[in-house]
Amino acid sequence: MTGPTPETDQAPADRRPLITIAWLWVGLPFAYGVYELVLKVTQLFKG
Amino acid sequence: MARGFLDRSRSIAPAGWSRWLVPPAALSVHLAIGQAYAWSVFKPPLEKYLSLSGAQSALPFQLGIVMLGLSAALFGTRVERNGPRWAMFVSLCCFCGGFLVAALGVLTKQYWLVVLGYGGLGGIGLGIGYISPVSTLIKWFPDRPGMATGIAIMGFGGGALIATPWSTAMLDAFGVTYNSTGVVTGVEDGAIALAFLVHGLAYAVFMTMGVLLVRVPADGWRPAGYNPANDKAHVLITTANVSAKNAVRTPQFWCLWVVLCFNVTAGIGILEKAAPMIGDFFRQTPTPVTASAAAGFVALLSLANMLGRIVWSSTSDLIGRKNIYRLYLGLGAILYLIIALVGNDAKIVFILCAMMILSFYGAGFATIPAYLKDLFGTYQVGAIHGRLLTAWSVAGVLGPLIVNAIADAQKSAGKSGPALYTTSIYIMIGLLVIGFVANELVRPVNAKFHEKTAAEVAR
Repeated sequence: MTGPTPETDQAPADRRPLITIAWLWVGLPFAYGVYELVLKVTQLFKG
Repeated sequence: MARGFLDRSRSIAPAGWSRWLVPPAALSVHLAIGQAYAWSVFKPPLEKYLSLSGAQSALPFQLGIVMLGLSAALFGTRVERNGPRWAMFVSLCCFCGGFLVAALGVLTKQYWLVVLGYGGLGGIGLGIGYISPVSTLIKWFPDRPGMATGIAIMGFGGGALIATPWSTAMLDAFGVTYNSTGVVTGVEDGAIALAFLVHGLAYAVFMTMGVLLVRVPADGWRPAGYNPANDKAHVLITTANVSAKNAVRTPQFWCLWVVLCFNVTAGIGILEKAAPMIGDFFRQTPTPVTASAAAGFVALLSLANMLGRIVWSSTSDLIGRKNIYRLYLGLGAILYLIIALVGNDAKIVFILCAMMILSFYGAGFATIPAYLKDLFGTYQVGAIHGRLLTAWSVAGVLGPLIVNAIADAQKSAGKSGPALYTTSIYIMIGLLVIGFVANELVRPVNAKFHEKTAAEVAR
């Protein structure tokens, strides 16, 4: 990869587990935050 | 410092490295440092335990935001030179170290240590961490820079969403007690210090993933099917490069500074006073807003703020940066006008307009790195972004100052309801119109500011 080396958007097979773990690492806490937020938003319509 | 594993040369991506590993690396930093916006969770327990006033307990956060702007501006060039891994590591050390110093401060009841630790040291971590992945993401996603930076900067908004319930639960478990209305009734010795310690350690582990995973693309790398020449369809997009030193000498930089500053000021105007504002607006109507409903409104605005960062910033890749800022500033001004004219006649109109304005507020942050890349190239875009963030520091003071001062003055004059905010709203409209004009003045950067290409140097 020293010159212009176009790369496909599709991840090489051996990177997929790492990509999955990396996205879960940030995705799970983020999903927890969004879930808590949605619970709070419902108060607007109850109150 | 930037030696060995942290050196830029050691983080150049090997063949076959997927660019989709870079956004989670960026998110691991931004989701962590975004905790800063959840500082308010610590305020009541600190006030109770150390007998502080509200203004005193806000100091660590305020210093943190000031340090964010200053460190991003001062260290931007170094971040660019040493690379994202070095920057993320320094951010980790400062941000998490700040928590540890703050823990020591609470334990010894030396509040100045909390202020200097969380606000001073931690604030440097915020600034370096905020800009650390920006230029790397733009280099990996030259075809979709708005989307790439939108993901990372959405993470900064998302950080508070995670930290707020997490920190509250932790304080609760460690011995902070609340009554039924949420007022702190007791704080056990060591409870806050332990919470700060756990935050520092947990965020260090979380951010380490970003340090280990981040890679810069090799020189000349570009994604499949991407041809920079096609970007010429958008007249503002340049293939030339401008240094950070030269960028601040261009009128384009200062136009964008005004755009960012006033767009942020307009958003903060609502965000800062969201809960009391919706309460005041509808107090004298048949359907007043309760405290818990107001909290729901604040949460809804946070959601709009976060979604705006990814949705509008990604849209800017399709319609162009100048056009998207026309939307943020122009439609933003119209939405404020609708709020002023409709007043408390229709709650749903108020809520929808506020949500749109907040989505433009978040999007303004997320889209600006791509706008800078369009105008100044990728060469030192992170450093230029760092310098531009001083606009945020100014807006952070300006927005709350305008809304609070005017609301207080109107209240003293015996006014109530929407009248408390009408003047502020018209000021925000004026600021957005000035921002709109500044955006209209943006033109391609004069070639005299461009860095010389290798061919030009050879001549």
